[in-house]
Amino acid sequence: MASSSRLLALSLAGAVVAATAGCAPQVEKPMPTVTTSPSCAKDSLPTRTPGKLTIATDQPAYEPWFSKDKPDNGEGFESAVAYAVAEKLGYARADVTWTRVKFDTAIAPGPKDFDFDINQFSITDERKQAVDFSAPYYLVRQTVIALKSSKIAGKKSLADFRDARLGAQVGTTSYQAITDVLKPASKPQVYNSNDDAKKALQNGQIDGLVVDLPTAFYITGAEITDATIVGQVPQVGTPEAFGLLLDKNSPLTSCVTGAVGQLGEAGTLKQLEEKWLAQVAGAAELR
Amino acid sequence: MTLLQHVPSEAQVRRSAYRHRQTVYSVLVAASSTAALGTLLVIAVTGAPGWDRVRQSFLDPTIARDALPAVLSGLWLNVRLLVCCAAGALVLGLVIAVLRTLRGPIFFPVRALAAGYTYTFRGLPLIIVLYLLTLGVPGLRLQGMPPVLVLGGIALILTYGGYLAEVFRAGIESVHPSQLAAARSLGLTYRQTMRHVVVPQAVRRVAPPLLNDVVALQKDVGLVSLAGPIDAVRAAQIATAQTFNYTPYIVAGVLFVLLAIPLIAVTDWVTLRAARRQSGG
Repeated sequence: MASSSRLLALSLAGAVVAATAGCAPQVEKPMPTVTTSPSCAKDSLPTRTPGKLTIATDQPAYEPWFSKDKPDNGEGFESAVAYAVAEKLGYARADVTWTRVKFDTAIAPGPKDFDFDINQFSITDERKQAVDFSAPYYLVRQTVIALKSSKIAGKKSLADFRDARLGAQVGTTSYQAITDVLKPASKPQVYNSNDDAKKALQNGQIDGLVVDLPTAFYITGAEITDATIVGQVPQVGTPEAFGLLLDKNSPLTSCVTGAVGQLGEAGTLKQLEEKWLAQVAGAAELR
Repeated sequence: MTLLQHVPSEAQVRRSAYRHRQTVYSVLVAASSTAALGTLLVIAVTGAPGWDRVRQSFLDPTIARDALPAVLSGLWLNVRLLVCCAAGALVLGLVIAVLRTLRGPIFFPVRALAAGYTYTFRGLPLIIVLYLLTLGVPGLRLQGMPPVLVLGGIALILTYGGYLAEVFRAGIESVHPSQLAAARSLGLTYRQTMRHVVVPQAVRRVAPPLLNDVVALQKDVGLVSLAGPIDAVRAAQIATAQTFNYTPYIVAGVLFVLLAIPLIAVTDWVTLRAARRQSGG
């Protein structure tokens, strides 16, 4: 029977297709827990230079994370966080030295010439293979941006977006922010990429575009200069988290994580966020 | 008055019985071979080592039920767009085809323009046409700019109008010249000849490929979603991003097939009817 061998070939082909269609599941790693061990005293901390804390960031360092590309002035959100962490570990401002390290160099494996690096590093599983992260010091917020000429520019309340046409990139937390929090009357517009969405914003096809805060600062600062940040949306979905970056298996990781955790519990991080991102940089809170 | 009952002859009875047996036999053979093939396929797929994971990530009934309303409302957009774009593209295609088949040197520029149009829009990738019309044209900031759906519809009509124009032209040119000659000798003008003799025959001849292009259009209307509107596939993509499960895509795929079945059935019926007509049956 010729057809039986054909059937066999068919079923084999089916089996191959079915076998290759599966894909390995992503293994979720637990977040590092906040620990405060007694060995976190300044004298016993094995920093690169004893008694000093070496903190790195990129050159240039951008607003609103730093101010005027001077990390050592304590201005800007990340500069303020860095000094707050240093203070928690017992270092005075004079004991903090800054160094400049390229973003890509910092996340690559290999020895580091800093104690920790603060440069809007999102904590990801891939990066954790190569470096250590502290507990998150910032959970990325979603933001509405609009052209300065738009009818929603300068709005302060979530209810003001009821009859706005809003857009976002597909499959992002930004889209969730529209459907779950802003809830405009008209259906959100969805784009394949932020580039398409920015074009639609410039064309006036949408009133507002929802992106995460770092992207919003970049778009309004460099790409579409006649756009402005309308405000920050309350936290939604599973946000990206920024962490301080340390060398893989650094002896400082648990102490730095402890310091960040204490700053979070004390509400210091919230205050710094409110001061440097909402007030100084103009990304107001929408309520 | 007695009604004459038709009594089939001995041979006729034997013939009918034989035919009946043959019919039953062939149905049984078809059923059993289908069952055998189906069983083999089911064993091959469900017996594969990764089957459980595939079933979880592509065939999850709960996720399918949750995604259905969103995908359906997206599909409504597809259906509306399909109806408008199919009508628009058919009209545009016919107009272009008629322009391309005009006779006489005076119409050369018209023929050249029509030909250039079909060359351009059959060659241009649809995505590029969509980008130009839905994100490029609104950038002109003109008064009375139509909404993005209308612009996307125009892009689809332009592209598919090019395909359909060539199908119509093939139909028009397949009408035998003697038909044209006969019509003109009866005193019909060129326009009347086209209207009453050539175009009706041409359309009837190319109905199957026309409908075939409409079925293809049905899948392509969803591409307007790149400019913002949420169609069925986009709704499935959003649901997939929220659940990390591909079942919504399967839901959308099944709905698309269901939507295509009536169109394809009409195509088959038209083809069959045309074939019967051709063979003089």
